Amino acid sequence: MLPTLPLLNDRFLGAAAFRARVGTGYSLLPLRLIALDALRYVLTNFAGEHVVLPKAIARQFIRHELDSNSAVYDELKSKHFLLDDDSTVALDLLAVKYRTKQSLLANFTSLFMFVVTLRCDHSCPYCQVSRQSVDRHAYDMTIAAADRAIDFMFHSPSPAIKVEFQGGESLLNFELIRHIVTRVNDRNVLEGRDIRFVIATNLMCLSDEILSFCKEHDVFISTSLDGPRTLHNQNRPRPGGDSYEVAVAGIGRSREALGADRVAALMTTTEASLSQPVEIVDEYVRQGFNSIFLRPLSPYGFAVKTGLVTGYSIEQWLDFYRRSLEYIVELNYRGIPFREDYSSLILRKILTPYPTGYVDLQSPAGIGISGIVFNYDGDIYASDEARMLAESGDRRFRLGNLHTDSFEEVMSSDNLIDILSETMTECVPMCVDCGF
Amino acid sequence: MIKLHGKMPKRDDGEPFVVRVVRGTPGSPLAGDREAYILGPDEVAPPGYRAYLSAGGAHLQSPGQTRVIWPIPEELSYLSDGDIVRINPKTGELWVVYRRSSPFNAMLLTERCNSNCLMCSQPPKAGDDSHLVKAYLDAIPLMAPDSAELGITGGEPTLLGGSLLQVLRACKEHLPDTALHMLSNGRLFNYLSLCREFEAIDHPDFMIGIPLYSDIPHRHDFVVQAAGAFDQTVRGIMNLARCGQRIEIRMVLHRETVDRLPQFARFVARNLPFVEHIALMGLEMMGYVKMNLEALWIDPVDYRQQLRQAVDVLRQHDLNVSIYNHQLCVLDRVLWPVARKSISDWKNEYIDKCRECAIQDSCGGFFASSSLRRSAHIAAFQSHEVCSPIAGVKKQVSNV
Ligand code: SF4
Repeated sequence: MLPTLPLLNDRFLGAAAFRARVGTGYSLLPLRLIALDALRYVLTNFAGEHVVLPKAIARQFIRHELDSNSAVYDELKSKHFLLDDDSTVALDLLAVKYRTKQSLLANFTSLFMFVVTLRCDHSCPYCQVSRQSVDRHAYDMTIAAADRAIDFMFHSPSPAIKVEFQGGESLLNFELIRHIVTRVNDRNVLEGRDIRFVIATNLMCLSDEILSFCKEHDVFISTSLDGPRTLHNQNRPRPGGDSYEVAVAGIGRSREALGADRVAALMTTTEASLSQPVEIVDEYVRQGFNSIFLRPLSPYGFAVKTGLVTGYSIEQWLDFYRRSLEYIVELNYRGIPFREDYSSLILRKILTPYPTGYVDLQSPAGIGISGIVFNYDGDIYASDEARMLAESGDRRFRLGNLHTDSFEEVMSSDNLIDILSETMTECVPMCVDCGF
Repeated sequence: MIKLHGKMPKRDDGEPFVVRVVRGTPGSPLAGDREAYILGPDEVAPPGYRAYLSAGGAHLQSPGQTRVIWPIPEELSYLSDGDIVRINPKTGELWVVYRRSSPFNAMLLTERCNSNCLMCSQPPKAGDDSHLVKAYLDAIPLMAPDSAELGITGGEPTLLGGSLLQVLRACKEHLPDTALHMLSNGRLFNYLSLCREFEAIDHPDFMIGIPLYSDIPHRHDFVVQAAGAFDQTVRGIMNLARCGQRIEIRMVLHRETVDRLPQFARFVARNLPFVEHIALMGLEMMGYVKMNLEALWIDPVDYRQQLRQAVDVLRQHDLNVSIYNHQLCVLDRVLWPVARKSISDWKNEYIDKCRECAIQDSCGGFFASSSLRRSAHIAAFQSHEVCSPIAGVKKQVSNV
């Protein structure tokens, strides 16, 4: 701090007069801490602020022994870890920040996933759902179920609603997608919600008809791209072995028809991917994407059930993640703007007061209250993973069925409330004290 | 430096009045009792105006004139069509309330204030100054409705309570397309009810610029010389945001504010991210600054690092930040795109060194008052040092 020179005109009070209010003691505001390494603690609070301190200083602080003249003191005060007699506005600011962090809770469920069919032409060993062969129409969602799902959806108070069509291969049941989009839009004339449609598809059955429908109704396309040709085709086998060619051609056609910002791709990391971080990122750059979401294998669905996929350890995954990220940072330094979406989410959580809306990383978890899944058979699940788990026999996260249960029954079911309260880090023992 | 006040010989004992200046063809007066006609050479006063002004003074003696004619003081000879003046017959004061051609018109509504900032350029004065509001209420209907922006300043305008609201309503009624920018210390917005009044007026283009000088309460309180001001101002900002008011944060850079600049930026980004604009402003050598010069002055070159860090933090948070009142040669080049030509035309100057400078057009230059103290690092740029015109430096209306 610069020394205060005693040169103020004497009609003004010196800085010390205002500083005197700070007083001799301070209270701790709610905080958690955890060792970062042998020497440092990270202190965090529920509004998402953090401070990294040498362990000795952190101990002084907690024991109310911190010198109020120190820079650390001002930092802790500025970030609302302590309160002294100088000011009480910290409490108001903390409240606003907490409210901002949790603001999406107030909107309630905004993501609705419609599993329009379980049929699929691919036979990906890592498939997260238990796909069915193309001719088994028993695995299609019925119009009656879809209509009930739409009613259910509009029960949510959320001003913004995202409708995501999933499979199987969702476009194998395009007729139902067309029905849902049309019906939702008709109804929305009165509802006035901000609605976005996304079709998750492998692009195999993309047609001009589908594209012009998407164009007309502002529907987004999301597809899978695992990396370069060999890797992608190895990960995603289908008759003809041309999944990559189909995806790349489909991405091009969709962009042309809908605009580049309407087309997204997702990747899944298999064991074969682990050695190719640079190649995978390069493929995304080559295909004109400006971001990638690095996703590990999901331990659900076919992958686990069949043992078809060789898993990998968390260390292997982290190593892959780190190398990919290093390469992405390097790309940016070279002047190629490119983002890793998972890191962006984490950084947004750490560095800004805003929520991410990422259901996996919030307290309480976003199950049911942020996103919800309507399965082809009318079953309602708390999340995509929940239905995968159910396919393999564990129906713990099944919340009800569209044909028998109302919105109110589902949302207030013990099943949902129990799992929600278990995910509230604010009150679960251990979690409540965890610095992360 | 353009003068806004002048003295004329005392004429009669009439009450002060506000008139719009008509210069050029007389025609029939649009609002005769609220207009003053400037006579051309040897012109005989046409009928129907509230007052007559003469630029040279030649008319005063001419035998044909029967009306009272006010001689315009030399320094106000720029007065032109559409300008608004207040004439006080008892004292002979001529005050230019509004200049039609200036993008920097501001209404100083009161000189009273509940703070007493170390660097106030317009030190508060106690006492009744209600004539100010009255003059502006008369002037607002006469202002050109196509004026881009109009400022409200003080003193602390919110101390006026109801009359401030009256001014805002008048602006909304007569100048609905003119952006209104008010400077306030924000402390009275601690009362939600005042914010609600602003919300109710619902001016179509209104922004409030509020100073905040530190992330540490007692440091801010020291700068504004008022205990508890930080809490009031921060709560005020939150209340205004609740009422949907648009807010700008203004930080004046001097020896007592620059040391925590990066932390301050982080505090704003983290706690007040809803503000629309953050202005980081250089000192104007006026008012109290003269008294506290040694305590406050710091060469801008000596806080380059903090300024750079602060702007980086704010930009990383996607906040809209500008630097006001800084010469380009004292700024890190990376900051040039956020530097604005912010000094009001009537007090804006360049120094001799600037004459050879290749980027003078993009540079905001100095306050006229800077003769008191300038950076020791003012240095003209050769054209080869600056490869292309500086696109980022925009002209900005700002009432400083
Ligand atoms: S020399 Fe003058 S015009 Fe050039 S950058 Fe410096 S202050 Fe501006």
